[in-house]
Amino acid sequence: MTALVAGKGCPTGLAPAETGGVAQDPAAFVSEIASGNALDILVRGASCGGCLGKIEGALNKLPGVTRARLNLSTGKLRVEWTGPLQPRRIVEAITGLGYGAAAFDARTADKEHLKAERSLLIALAVAGFAAGNVMLLSVSVWAGKDMAPETRQLLHWISALIAIPAAAFCGQTFFQSAIASIRARHLNMDVPISLAVILAVGMSLYETITGGDHAYFDACVMLLFFLLIGRFLDARLRRRAYAAANALAEMQTATATRVSTLGAAEAVRAGDIRPGDILLLAQGERLVVDGEIVAGTSEADLRLVTGEVEPAVVGVGQMLRAGSVNLSAVLRVRATATADRSLMADIARLLEAGEQKKSGYRRLADKAAAAYVPRVHAMAALGFTGWLIFGASVPQALFVAVTVLIITCPCAMALAAPLVQVVAAGRLFSQGAYLASGDALERIAGVDHVVFDKTGTLTFGDPVLLMDGTSVAQLQSAAVLARTSRHPRSRAIVTAAGPGPAAAEVREYPGEGIEGSIGGRRARLGTPTFVGVDNAAPGALWFRIGDDVPSAFRFADHLRPDAAAAIGRLRAMGLSLEIISGDATPRVQEVAEALGITTWVASATPQAKAARLEALQLQGAKVLMVGDGLNDAAALAGAHASLAPGGAVDVSRLAADCVFSGDSLAAVPQIIAIARAARSRMRENFGFATAYNLLAVPIALAGWATPLVAAIAMSASSAIVTLNALRLAGGKRRAA
Amino acid sequence: MTVLLYMIPAALLLGLTGLVGFVWALRTGQFDDPAGAAARVLNDEDAPLPR
Repeated sequence: MTALVAGKGCPTGLAPAETGGVAQDPAAFVSEIASGNALDILVRGASCGGCLGKIEGALNKLPGVTRARLNLSTGKLRVEWTGPLQPRRIVEAITGLGYGAAAFDARTADKEHLKAERSLLIALAVAGFAAGNVMLLSVSVWAGKDMAPETRQLLHWISALIAIPAAAFCGQTFFQSAIASIRARHLNMDVPISLAVILAVGMSLYETITGGDHAYFDACVMLLFFLLIGRFLDARLRRRAYAAANALAEMQTATATRVSTLGAAEAVRAGDIRPGDILLLAQGERLVVDGEIVAGTSEADLRLVTGEVEPAVVGVGQMLRAGSVNLSAVLRVRATATADRSLMADIARLLEAGEQKKSGYRRLADKAAAAYVPRVHAMAALGFTGWLIFGASVPQALFVAVTVLIITCPCAMALAAPLVQVVAAGRLFSQGAYLASGDALERIAGVDHVVFDKTGTLTFGDPVLLMDGTSVAQLQSAAVLARTSRHPRSRAIVTAAGPGPAAAEVREYPGEGIEGSIGGRRARLGTPTFVGVDNAAPGALWFRIGDDVPSAFRFADHLRPDAAAAIGRLRAMGLSLEIISGDATPRVQEVAEALGITTWVASATPQAKAARLEALQLQGAKVLMVGDGLNDAAALAGAHASLAPGGAVDVSRLAADCVFSGDSLAAVPQIIAIARAARSRMRENFGFATAYNLLAVPIALAGWATPLVAAIAMSASSAIVTLNALRLAGGKRRAA
Repeated sequence: MTVLLYMIPAALLLGLTGLVGFVWALRTGQFDDPAGAAARVLNDEDAPLPR
């Protein structure tokens, strides 16, 4: 609608300038700090040093601004100022430059994940330092066959001085998790890891004190180093996914206009709204809490709530659900619930039930750990008793048991899954898809049945004008009137007509149409009866100036451009398809026939959607749900795996395993393909780790394993697992 | 072999310096905005050094 204005947005032209959009009042997000006020803003479209200079320079010129710093990596801008500067002016200064700006609440920012990732990174650095230096000393011991026993003992002592504090510091993550898992009576991978580290340190210390040949200090810190790499990558992936989901949510963090007891309008955060508050809902605004209309009549767009495309007429006394968009006239709404309670009690309950079902899913890594842990412990115990029976001393037998624990090397096991997940998540990320969790990949890979929502998923959700039987002159004159309205059909006419003049003296009649004056003559756009047409076909919008011949406009809910191709690819992948929509039968049927999908359900309530998925899953199908509306949230949470487009409502994005951005449905088959590739890489990795153990355990049991053999085996197996995971990234060229 | 008595501490000291440097850089937020740091170099709003 708006042309590119020279000098707007990124000066390199790398990112398009952001235009339009109703700027929300950022006043609700201002926080007070010691030196005045501060505001955190998420900036869209900044991509180079020029953008940095432009934005920070413009903000520093505002009166009272003491500090403005934009983080180019995250797009987060912090402005601090003193004095009476209106926060709205800060946002306007940024949007005026051609960037998108949305205030967000930094207090809810994710500090926990960041802190966990930081401490893992520091532990990783310490482990790396210790592994490098201990290895330096160990290599001298292994190489120095003619080394005097005193020198060897000295080197062992120095190794001990480095390795013991390092292991105590870096091993904490594993020790804590192992203790927790023992308490929960469910052994995880951290139990053998902790045992191996503690026993190896203890035994090596004994060997050092008694002047023995073999110390395992190097194996011990190297084990921690490799494992921490896996843990760090895992933590980073989780934080990134969380941050991506949150960035979307933070940007849409809703504000509302509340009428205070004194009658003044004030901007408040959605979370601060209490039941009983009177909210002012302007045209085009989205309701953030459930409420009851106390004044005004208007039309509401309930697409996100029910999936119904046709706007509904609403009036005093009617309940409106959070997510409804007000279309034609200002409404006063009394809040009936707080924001966290507003997401419909039953949907919230269904969501929870779905999440619980999902937590019952056992990850590949957990299955591997469950098979691995008891076997390794049995092997170690067998080695210990076996050597005792055949006349070895207790230290000798213990030595064999510890080598078994070390050489069976949980490294490859522990790295097998996280590495693949990180590489796969990176590939998805580069294609604009965000993964909610690592095991989501495994679940997506396992699906055999795909259920689509219609409105907003298969289609854009916005009506598009059909140009058959409409002349350009008719379109242009109707657009003059349509430009004054926010009704989706009016917007569709405006989109088709482009920019131009708007009518004067416009009145909107909710549920009927709009009336205005064009060139001094009365013009009407709306239902046939409103315009004065008899025996008109339903479904069309009519337009008439004065007593001229009326013209009809027809609309369709357009399919996403590549929906058919994406559906075809899914079918070729051997998946069965289905549509479940809350929309009316004829529109669902039309879409289903256009895509050649034979199974479809129309007019489904949120509960019906969730129930249908449950029935499918009881029959043994592994269902992938793709949906965007509030009415899909429960189904998304209950499905075996779920995807949501970036335009979905907050709840649906949070309920989904993976969120893809962009208009293209091609992302769906692509995500499934990547997930399947990732699953086979993981299986290969676990298979390799198992094969390696089958080879290594007999060597350790026979007592042939030396610290040198353990070190080589450990690094080699970890390297192979890593390289195999990286193969997934190489697939990019083939996919392109 | 007496050379070991100062070579090993020297090697450890060098490694420790790197480790402390890394932790310092992490704590002071040097890795918070790698893209911004790279871009800021090219902005010439800084005044020239006084002669």
